[in-house]
Amino acid sequence: MHGRIKVKTTLEQQEAKRKEREKKLQLYVSATQAALHKRETGQLDKEALDLTAQILALNPDFASLWNLRREVFLQLQTDRSEEEMQSLCLGELTFLENCLRVSPKSYGTWYHRCWIMKIIPKPDWARELTLCNRFLEIDERNFHCWDYRRIVTQSSSVPLPEELEFTTSLIGKNFSNYSSWHYRSKLLPQIHPDPLRIGRVTEEALLNELELVQNAFFTDPNDQSAWFYHRWLLGRADHPVSIRCVMVSLDEPCVSVTFSHPVEVQEDLILFLNNRPIFVSWRTAGRKEKRSLFWVCDLPKECINDPCCQYNFQVLWKDGEAKKECILYPGRRESWFRDSATENEFFSLDLSEGKSNVLQQELKSCKDLQELEPDNKWCLLTIILLMRALDPLVYEKEALGYFETLKVVDPMRSGYYDDLRSKFQMENAILKMEYAESCLINLSKKGLTRLCHLEHLGQVTHMNLSANQLCALPSNLCMLRRLQVLEVDNNEVVRLEGLWNLPQLEELSLQFNKIQNVSDLQPLSSCPRLSVLHLHGNPLCEKADARTQLESLLPHVNTIHLSLI
Amino acid sequence: MADDLPTEFDVVILGTGLPESIIAAACTRIGQRVLHIDARNYYGGNWASFTFSGLQTWIENCKQELNTELAAACKGQALDNEEIIPFNKRNQTIQNIEVFCYSSTEDGEAVEEAGALNINSALLTTVTSSDGQENSSIDISKNHTSTEQNDSPEGRSDLEEATNSDQRSADSTLETGTIVEVEPSLTQAIQQDSPKTITYSQIVKEGRRFNVDLVSKFLYSRGLLIELLIKSNVSRYTEFKNVTRILTYHNGKIEQVPCSRADVFASKQLSMVEKRILMKFLMHYIDYELHPEDYQDYENSTFLEFLKSKQLTPTLQHFVLYSIAMVPENAKTIEGLKAMQHFLRCLGRYGNTPFLFPMYGLGEIPQCFCRMCAVFGGVYCLHHSLECLVVDGDSKLCKAVIDHRGKRVDCKYVIVEDSYLPEQICANVSYKQISRAVLITDCSILNTESNQEISVLTFPPADKGQTAVYITELCSSTMTCMKNTYLVHLTCSSTKPTAKEDLEPVVQQLFTLSTENDIEANDRTKPKVLWALYFNMRDSSGVPRQSYAGLPPNVYVCSGPDHCFGNDHAVQQAENLFHELYPSEEFCPPAPNPEDIIYDGECAQQEPSESSIPVDSKAEASAENETVVESYEDSEAQKAE
Repeated sequence: MHGRIKVKTTLEQQEAKRKEREKKLQLYVSATQAALHKRETGQLDKEALDLTAQILALNPDFASLWNLRREVFLQLQTDRSEEEMQSLCLGELTFLENCLRVSPKSYGTWYHRCWIMKIIPKPDWARELTLCNRFLEIDERNFHCWDYRRIVTQSSSVPLPEELEFTTSLIGKNFSNYSSWHYRSKLLPQIHPDPLRIGRVTEEALLNELELVQNAFFTDPNDQSAWFYHRWLLGRADHPVSIRCVMVSLDEPCVSVTFSHPVEVQEDLILFLNNRPIFVSWRTAGRKEKRSLFWVCDLPKECINDPCCQYNFQVLWKDGEAKKECILYPGRRESWFRDSATENEFFSLDLSEGKSNVLQQELKSCKDLQELEPDNKWCLLTIILLMRALDPLVYEKEALGYFETLKVVDPMRSGYYDDLRSKFQMENAILKMEYAESCLINLSKKGLTRLCHLEHLGQVTHMNLSANQLCALPSNLCMLRRLQVLEVDNNEVVRLEGLWNLPQLEELSLQFNKIQNVSDLQPLSSCPRLSVLHLHGNPLCEKADARTQLESLLPHVNTIHLSLI
Repeated sequence: MADDLPTEFDVVILGTGLPESIIAAACTRIGQRVLHIDARNYYGGNWASFTFSGLQTWIENCKQELNTELAAACKGQALDNEEIIPFNKRNQTIQNIEVFCYSSTEDGEAVEEAGALNINSALLTTVTSSDGQENSSIDISKNHTSTEQNDSPEGRSDLEEATNSDQRSADSTLETGTIVEVEPSLTQAIQQDSPKTITYSQIVKEGRRFNVDLVSKFLYSRGLLIELLIKSNVSRYTEFKNVTRILTYHNGKIEQVPCSRADVFASKQLSMVEKRILMKFLMHYIDYELHPEDYQDYENSTFLEFLKSKQLTPTLQHFVLYSIAMVPENAKTIEGLKAMQHFLRCLGRYGNTPFLFPMYGLGEIPQCFCRMCAVFGGVYCLHHSLECLVVDGDSKLCKAVIDHRGKRVDCKYVIVEDSYLPEQICANVSYKQISRAVLITDCSILNTESNQEISVLTFPPADKGQTAVYITELCSSTMTCMKNTYLVHLTCSSTKPTAKEDLEPVVQQLFTLSTENDIEANDRTKPKVLWALYFNMRDSSGVPRQSYAGLPPNVYVCSGPDHCFGNDHAVQQAENLFHELYPSEEFCPPAPNPEDIIYDGECAQQEPSESSIPVDSKAEASAENETVVESYEDSEAQKAE
């Protein structure tokens, strides 16, 4: 149609753009070369600053050029007055601000800003704080800015409650903000520290936080940031390392020590016998680990040659950071002293009465939410965790029901849920065993996919793991120093690394598993008392020379059953 | 001057309201020669915005009787086989104007608006004020909230204000539900220019700070108008602010409606379970078409019954019905779901509410389209009336128009705003009415820490048969009112004879109407009205073309503003009319960048020198009338200042 305004065609536009780009590239390359040349020849002057500024304004991720700028500043520092440095640094901060506007998530730029703020003679931290807040207003999840902001608040000692208020306001705008929730978890223990529990907050503060986070997950239960924060709120205090159990046996003879956390032991674990240190060498039960929950040492025979004597054993770790005693009474062959899982509530939260009321409330509202959102995995998982925190045994059955639902609504993570459930099942079994003051533990038909908390089973003599889904017996099984009978029938065991060096093991039943080769039974040769072995229903039984091979591999085992008795 | 008008155009458009202006821009964008005329001396028709003095002039003009006789000059212009259809010259769209002043008028008589040149309000509406108010605004073409970044000291204070506003947004909900008002004595002590001290003379003096819209509408952030502004690049001529909160009147008090995720999270009025029910309901039905089984059974019931069936508590029903869907109680389920969906889809595009408001008032929007039209060669004449249409005796098509000076302009199409149509053509048309009230008040209807909130309040109907009243409250940073005042617009479909009868009961519930200076402290829970205007505006939006008798087929009618909250009707109307005229042409394609335009003397259809001559002497001073392509970048620069 007549009379329209003529506009450049796309081809013409492209050509014009291409030419412009080419020109830009040429400029960029020559400026880069000039800057690098200056660095090589050591010309650390203001011209170098101008050159690098041009390039960095276009590409702030050029780390070498930021380095060059720092070198120039260090050089200038040697011969410039404080006023001159101040104005140079202020200029640099303005330049950096412009760079950040173009790319607010450039590592190099934020780092350089930090560096400048360290060398500037008179830093204006208040301005830096406003700058950060402005950037966070544009993108409240810019973690570069959050990092820098923490440095700023530390340097300018902003009152912590103000900071908490700041995180509240950002969460109010958009609560899908891990950075902000995380910052709260760092601030609260400082503002409202719980006098009794390290790293935790007072009950009053906890209540407020629970309400806040509840608002978030009732508004959007699919947002995980709030659920993660909720989990932190329900977390336990960080307990210092302690020694959970010391066990002495004269049969080996040896002393074993179980810690609450995996530790590395060198010369700092000392064994005293009747108050006199004796020289022993500690090893882990497994073969390779450097850090372990479990350490064992051989006792020199000459120390304990009088069976009618009472022996006082004491272990001391890191000059008394952790210690425990164990008395071997006259005539006894073994003895142990340990913390009880039931008394110390290892598997639930250490709560005051008031707080467990809070948790009851939490559980109730989560159940309300679950009614509205039956398929929400975060809610289901939180219900289970709350039940564990309150009382593992009272809620045992209910929690198992929630696990089933959880696996249906979130099949992608069913493996994770199985492992978690296994852990809780074992915790419950340990509690029940301790309440019964028994040395037998029955873990059959629990759907276990892994074994855990074995450090609590040092005194167990009989363990039944039959009819589970175990694929392997883990190496820390060797913490069970008193284990005599082990049943692992009807599992999916392929490997047996863990069945190594069990001093008391006499009978082992591995019927209906998936052991392929005779050589897989190799670790059993290190169990000196093993005399009965059930192998019926394993692929290896099909092999013609299985029995001969086994007899040569395990000469000390009297009875090997390859078929049903 | 009128002699300089070319004698032939493709399209003559009479009226500069929103639909006419959009069509004008669309036509010049495809190279049509457009003459855009308005008999009034300002842009926008009933879509206009006025300064305070401009509004006074408008009120007087509305009451005046105009000479309705056909100008003698045009009689000789029609040929033998041609008929004449005269235009209506009386504006009958505005009725029942009533003005009340409650502020002190002691010294108000002699005061004049500062800087007022004359009554030409079109001039005044484009004057940019430069005081230090909060200026961060939204550039919609970027699809996110832009925050101004500058290195100047102002940049700093901007930063600080932003921080304050952070705290304010976090805390604002603490006060919802109770109307907090600082005691007047305290206010006076702390604040020198306390709201209470504002007198009528101050309003008159600061009259240029006001930009009072005749229609009160917001832009849905995904509505047709925003999409059109973006698509056509007209958005470069204007700036917006996000509405900051949605309010409702519930159980006798004003409450904030939680409509975004952040609002629901922060809301103190809702229980946890309500929060979940509301979020779940909104998230589920934002794509209601995907779940027909969930609402099918309620298709013949009302939306309210449907809400009840979904276990929404009474509070939630109220929020969803009046403030989110914004539909009447008798709306059907589908209507409600559609409206709710539109609201929800608009959330989050530019902020936490679905509405945008143009800085300097809604009257800016038609002017932006006129500007685009002028940039591409449209010719503008304000205060220039057309006397009649010239209709060919045989074809019954309109061939030309004749203006009040007797000048004949030939044209292919005529587009006319319906208020210009003569009685003979409109005899069978029945109109609805819109009731409007404009208030200047001294404080916000719901005070928070910030005094710069832009609020939308739905006031549910008091009785069955009445309609909800939509109330908007603008703060001074929208550049529509002076500092320490608020501009409040009330709008509803008329059910009573006058606007005052429709709206005064609502005004009385929300505001204090008193000329007394010393009001008891307990009366100060409500904002005080300083000045009030009521009027009725004709709503011609529902009138079908067939109701106009004897209209030539190439004459098209645009309606005035409708009663709805958004602008979709006007945009849709403009697009439909444009496609009737030019079925195969694109509607408002993106305007090219200035640097991509090829300036070629031979190809330019209109010589710049020719079209740059302002046609009307009165419009000469207006920047809007520079119609040259070359002035494009200059005018951009002007706007930027």
